[in-house]
Amino acid sequence: MKHTIIRNDEIKSGVFRMEFHFEDIPMPGQFVMIDCGGRTLLKRPFSICDYNEGKMTVMYQVRGKGTYNLSKIKVNDEIDVTGPHGHGFDIFDKFNNILVVGGGIGIPPLLFLSKKLKSKNINIVLGFRSDAFLIDEFSKYGNVLVTTEDGSYGMKGYVTDAMKEIINEADIIYGCGPKPMLNAIKDISEKYKIPCQISVEERMGCGIGACMTCACKTLAEDGYHYKKVCKDGPVFWAKEVVF
Amino acid sequence: MRLKVNIGNLEFKNPVFVASGTFGFGKEYSQYVDLNKLGAIMVKGLTLNPKEGNPPPRIYETPSGILNSVGLQNPGVDGFLKDELPFLKKFDTKIIVNIAGETIEEFVTMAQKLDIDGVHALELNVSCPNVKEGGMAFGVNPNSIYEITKRVKYVTDKTVIVKLTPNVADIKIYAKAAEDGGADAVSLINTITGMVVDINSKRPIFKNIFAGLSGPAVKPIALKHVYEAKKAVSIPVIGMGGISSAEDAIEFMIVGATAVAIGTYNFINPTCTMDILEGIKKYMNENNVSDINQIINSINV
Ligand SMILES: Cc1cc2nc3c(=O)[nH]c(=O)nc-3n(C[C@H](O)[C@H](O)[C@H](O)COP(=O)(O)OP(=O)(O)OC[C@H]3O[C@@H](n4cnc5c(N)ncnc54)[C@H](O)[C@@H]3O)c2cc1C
Ligand SMILES: Cc1cc2nc3c(=O)[nH]c(=O)nc-3n(C[C@H](O)[C@H](O)[C@H](O)COP(=O)(O)O)c2cc1C
Ligand code: FES
Repeated sequence: MKHTIIRNDEIKSGVFRMEFHFEDIPMPGQFVMIDCGGRTLLKRPFSICDYNEGKMTVMYQVRGKGTYNLSKIKVNDEIDVTGPHGHGFDIFDKFNNILVVGGGIGIPPLLFLSKKLKSKNINIVLGFRSDAFLIDEFSKYGNVLVTTEDGSYGMKGYVTDAMKEIINEADIIYGCGPKPMLNAIKDISEKYKIPCQISVEERMGCGIGACMTCACKTLAEDGYHYKKVCKDGPVFWAKEVVF
Repeated sequence: MRLKVNIGNLEFKNPVFVASGTFGFGKEYSQYVDLNKLGAIMVKGLTLNPKEGNPPPRIYETPSGILNSVGLQNPGVDGFLKDELPFLKKFDTKIIVNIAGETIEEFVTMAQKLDIDGVHALELNVSCPNVKEGGMAFGVNPNSIYEITKRVKYVTDKTVIVKLTPNVADIKIYAKAAEDGGADAVSLINTITGMVVDINSKRPIFKNIFAGLSGPAVKPIALKHVYEAKKAVSIPVIGMGGISSAEDAIEFMIVGATAVAIGTYNFINPTCTMDILEGIKKYMNENNVSDINQIINSINV
């Protein structure tokens, strides 16, 4: 299905924010598959960063030829998008104190999540290597703490350092970011016995649960089981994911 | 316009099938495609017991193709019968069950378990490059192909299709071995073995080092194998490998395929099978072909 581009702006070096028309209403944590054109074959998965009355936003970092092609797409061009796909974040009314933790290009789905959370006390910890982004947008929905590895913005260090200061308040943790960060968040959630959901990434083929290429190792009664990131995930309970 | 084709004791409403492992057990794609309109569904390869498959990464894009190393993750025959077949039975299409035994005995046991209503044909997968036991190890040995086919034919009246690997020097010998074993048809090609290396770590991307190449990149190779296989046997050939359009499908039929299967391209365009079916009809109309069987094996060399 063709979708018209509303905007596609570089918000910091190599990171783009793209908005396009999209009918189907997504849940936070879900993703779309985008045909990036050029000489790419498979569609690429991108988390939904925002959704507002028929307009969807995704944010992406230029990594290979697919995302490079996307960055050249102009307003009013049309792209082929399917979705929304996957099982997103579960939102629980019973929890008042939420801790949202994200890193780098993993933060986009957490913006849509933060917007949908109705809880009173929302703490958001965002970690970056250097240049921070989306901070103002996140600040609309909660109390934001920023860490950078080089200390160029906020606290110098990692999200896990910042988490320790507010972890005791949290009823649930939501996380998305690079694998080592997710693993660290999982460890902290287990240490403090706080339920935790994380969004994981894996290379995908079909994006809808048919091809079994997007395997995520999870704990099972009789050892382990490969679940599908595109359908069972991308959001899993941290305690079931085996890194 | 007649689109029906016959393979073994079965009549298919049209020659457009979906290839094993790319279409799951039909459920996911049923939101995009009316499954009743497919000639047949070749389901994900089954093993006797459930199988977890290979560690990720399992897929990598190459120019016009993909490498996969799924390693036959599947719920096992019993899981299929319990959780997947009831859904598939609701549709007016043919169900071809792809089975991959680790031993000849496992092929026989699976064939016996699948000798029930709702299963129309068996596709013997002696060509999976991504598993250590069975798979391609059988498919590169004509004696194994012959033996497995014969033993399975002995225990079932279902139509038996043997899926061949292209990773051999002369496909004709392998197609003939299947025919001699009593196969009702051969299907080809399974994926072509390949590899890819991460130049920073100097490690292979895939844990098994090798993976299977599919998609548009393999089409000319697949077409050649189908052409050669058809010359070697008198049983029907089901052609697959890189099909992305009606033109591709018609090419396969011209070189001898009675039916075609679409695999990787379902990922790229989930409704491609319907486009391909329409395109075949259009071609028939434009070329005054009243019966699709007139196209099959019509190559002028
Ligand atoms: C559920 C999910 C949500 C995602 N959300 C976002 C997002 O919101 N923003 C964003 O920038 N990126 C996101 N990604 C990652 C994004 O899909 C990849 O960066 C993109 O596919 C790279 O395509 P490419 O052609 O530019 O790179 P390629 O040339 O294909 O590869 C470049 C690098 O990207 C990574 N990559 C490639 N394909 C995939 C894939 N299918 N899944 C994961 N990583 C891959 C590999 O590490 C590779 O080394 C998400 C991935 C998943 C699975
Ligand atoms: C992800 C994936 C999984 C596959 N799984 C199976 C399988 O379980 N059994 C089998 O016989 N072939 C399997 N195949 C091979 C396809 O059925 C087909 O033979 C091959 O991909 C060539 O067709 P294509 O280029 O249209 O994909 C698989 C292919 C892919 C891409
Ligand atoms: S990408 Fe095909 S099953 Fe997940």
